[in-house]
Amino acid sequence: MSRINMGAVAIFLLAGSLPGAAAGAETTAITGAKVYTMGPQGVIEDATIVIENGRISQVGANAQVPAGAEIIDAGGRPVTPGIFDANSYFGVAEVSLVEETVDLFQSGDRYTASFELSEAINPRSTLIPINRIEGVTRAMVAPDANFMPELYTTPITGLGTVIQLGSTSDYVVAKNAALFVKMGETGAALSGGSRGNNVLRLREAFNDARDYAANRNDYDQGERREYSVSKLDLEALVSVLNGRRPLVAEANRASDIEAAMRLAEEFGIRLIIIGGAEAWIVAEQLADARVPVILNPLQNLPTAFELIGSTLENAALLHSAGVEIAFSTGGSHNARNLKQAAGVAVANGLPHDAALAAMTLSPARIYGVDSNYGSLEAGKEADLVIWSGDPLEVTSFADAVYIRGKAVPMESRSTLLFKRYRDLGGDWPPAYIK
Amino acid sequence: MFPESTRLALTLIFACVLTACGESPSGNADNGDRAAPNPNPFPSTYQPLPSEDFLIRNATVLIGDGNRIEEGSVLVRDGKIAEVGANVEAPDGVEVIDAAGRWVTPGIIDVHSHLGVYASPAVAAHSDGNELTSPVTAEVWAEHSVNPQDPGFAAAMAGGVTAMQILPGSGNLIGGRSVTLKNVPARTTQGMKFPGAPYGLKMACGENPKRVYGTGKGQAPSTAMGNVAGYREAWIKAEEYNQDWQDYLDGDSDDRPNRDLELETLSGVLNGEILVHNHCYRADEMAVMLDIAKEFGYRVTSFHHAVEAYKVADLLAENGTCASMWADWWGFKMEAFDGVRENIALVDQAGACAIVHSDSAQGIQRLNQEAAKVIAAANRGGIPVSEESAWRWLSANPAKALGIADQTGTLEAGKNADLVIWDGNPFSVYTHAEEVFVDGALVYDRNDESRQPTADFMLGIIEVDGEIK
Repeated sequence: MSRINMGAVAIFLLAGSLPGAAAGAETTAITGAKVYTMGPQGVIEDATIVIENGRISQVGANAQVPAGAEIIDAGGRPVTPGIFDANSYFGVAEVSLVEETVDLFQSGDRYTASFELSEAINPRSTLIPINRIEGVTRAMVAPDANFMPELYTTPITGLGTVIQLGSTSDYVVAKNAALFVKMGETGAALSGGSRGNNVLRLREAFNDARDYAANRNDYDQGERREYSVSKLDLEALVSVLNGRRPLVAEANRASDIEAAMRLAEEFGIRLIIIGGAEAWIVAEQLADARVPVILNPLQNLPTAFELIGSTLENAALLHSAGVEIAFSTGGSHNARNLKQAAGVAVANGLPHDAALAAMTLSPARIYGVDSNYGSLEAGKEADLVIWSGDPLEVTSFADAVYIRGKAVPMESRSTLLFKRYRDLGGDWPPAYIK
Repeated sequence: MFPESTRLALTLIFACVLTACGESPSGNADNGDRAAPNPNPFPSTYQPLPSEDFLIRNATVLIGDGNRIEEGSVLVRDGKIAEVGANVEAPDGVEVIDAAGRWVTPGIIDVHSHLGVYASPAVAAHSDGNELTSPVTAEVWAEHSVNPQDPGFAAAMAGGVTAMQILPGSGNLIGGRSVTLKNVPARTTQGMKFPGAPYGLKMACGENPKRVYGTGKGQAPSTAMGNVAGYREAWIKAEEYNQDWQDYLDGDSDDRPNRDLELETLSGVLNGEILVHNHCYRADEMAVMLDIAKEFGYRVTSFHHAVEAYKVADLLAENGTCASMWADWWGFKMEAFDGVRENIALVDQAGACAIVHSDSAQGIQRLNQEAAKVIAAANRGGIPVSEESAWRWLSANPAKALGIADQTGTLEAGKNADLVIWDGNPFSVYTHAEEVFVDGALVYDRNDESRQPTADFMLGIIEVDGEIK
């Protein structure tokens, strides 16, 4: 092997991106941290987190630092799991109004439940560094008809995939982890104009899928009645019927949430509500049925008739009723502001630890990826953030971010633009500053 | 603040918009027996709400001009700020508010809002913000689209907003007149109009007009150069119209020009009476707009959105032009792709007038937090910004951009008592506006539901557990 080739290998190793290499093979110990574990250990002061091979091996005040570990002194600063955006368009929309860069919706109804984004995601999107240097490490990437509803003809939006934001290879955490559908005003508009049609279309699709699952052979031999959706879509729907995937239904009006719950009960579906502006009104039913709600804590204006009951206290009321909540504000360019939204929820009655959970452990549980992520516990992947102060405070920022044990470079297109224009008036144009 | 080319003879036509005569529903201005059109056909009917004198003590006071007083006092009498200092004595019979642990600031002023012109709920019937029937619609006035029953006004009040400029949208090259409102509930829009505030003119650069007309309607403008031609053509017509009126009023001509609402507004800009608020994202486009302003002898009072203001902060400072910006919005369209968190601080550091604006019924509720994020980003990036200095972005600078700095925007004796008592440091996510005063009247109290206005739309609109709310 020539020297040049050896050099190339060395660079790969330094970058930790040699195909097949385990991420973060080195050992790191973060000491002196105020650790919000989000697990049974609660908050631990002056604690150490040991990271080995990308995973947390120890957390606690008495954790032993292995010999040769790189030691990062947190100096009493807070450490939390990385932030998880429960509904995003990371990697499937670069510039929202530039259609060529937007892959998160499709037109027509050739595909409905089977429409998926896992192959469409661009892990090199500029949105990823801009948000991960501020602590966002995981996200559900979901199709969204709201982006351009006039192109849609089906309320069954498609499958969402959970990703991690730390690597351009191996970024898919849970492929096609949930099926998304629209109810309420959008669902009605996509179903022929009425909420009645909306529920009928969903019921028809699930009935077809149920029939299909029981009669696959007959279907393949053309001996079954015609279904409302294609074979691919039926398979995706079956996975929801058999509990392998949850159904994430966008519903905001209390009665729409109740309609979604009736549908879920009818088919024995694991339901998640997204939107949920009036969920507080039906909080007890949601808690009884163990239906989680993904909400935007900032939603408080009656900007649509289905949002009339919107209130900043939604998160607090749902939590106190025992409903599991997760946060998303919908705009992935600024997913970094999820923590601000969480802070607003706290300012309106939500306990601080519940707000943190709604951005970490809860979305992980909702999407079934909590065995590897969501809390700082031994055995889980080391997605964590060292914050300059209270992680929910608007004046705090991420000092260091680890994803799967690897420190992410604290650089983005935005930080480079800032450096370029930090001082105007040089002899040469800014174009020479890189 | 006015172009040197202001033509004195014509100021009579528009003078009222900058002076207190805005309150009187006067008829035609008089110039011998030659009459100029009534400049103020929709006069403000605003009356301060009932108030009592009070003294706030022991508060952390941000004056709004960049200064700060720890354990300071603010005395309010007859709706005006009477005295601000370290230890103001309470006159006899004046209520004393002990604000230990609390902060007092001027009320927040948002220079960019569409409350009322896109009232909630955002149904088609409430879409009154963009007159998208022609690229130049200087003849429309935002106040005729404002629905004072927009629930967003009350939500903004709970966020400490005491005044705001309502603008037409940005779909047109020249979208129409803005109106500056006091954030007080009223049955009519006239009842909210800020007395004596000048009108603004909304202009828009960039992608929006091109998209609406070129892409959407297959007509001009369809390019950036088409945009610029459109502005210049409008100003050329306005110059001629302005001259015709001047000649008539001076007695140089006996032909009374036919009134033209579009050109009347544009003439108001050329005469320095109407302030230009120019939606513009890109640095290079801002530079072009500044040259157009010079060509026709007006000033751009503020660029709005100005996501790339940091690239030409020195140019803005040179021209005395404000930039009204978001803390961190970026990427939703091509011209917003280069956003940086430090934008507002970089503009401020260059000596230009920096403003935090919302353009959002959500964002207007938390402009203090938006400023806080900029402080944090700036300090981290090596640009020192103090809290007291940052408050200029929220009140003094917006007041300047709206031409109402002589009345509000700082806590200085003689100004309107438009102020907020916060239950802690307003640059914290956990802090609430506890009490909001407009002209000394307590218009919002977080701890007293009877002092929390609600729009008619919100009354009896939903049944919860058997109760009509």
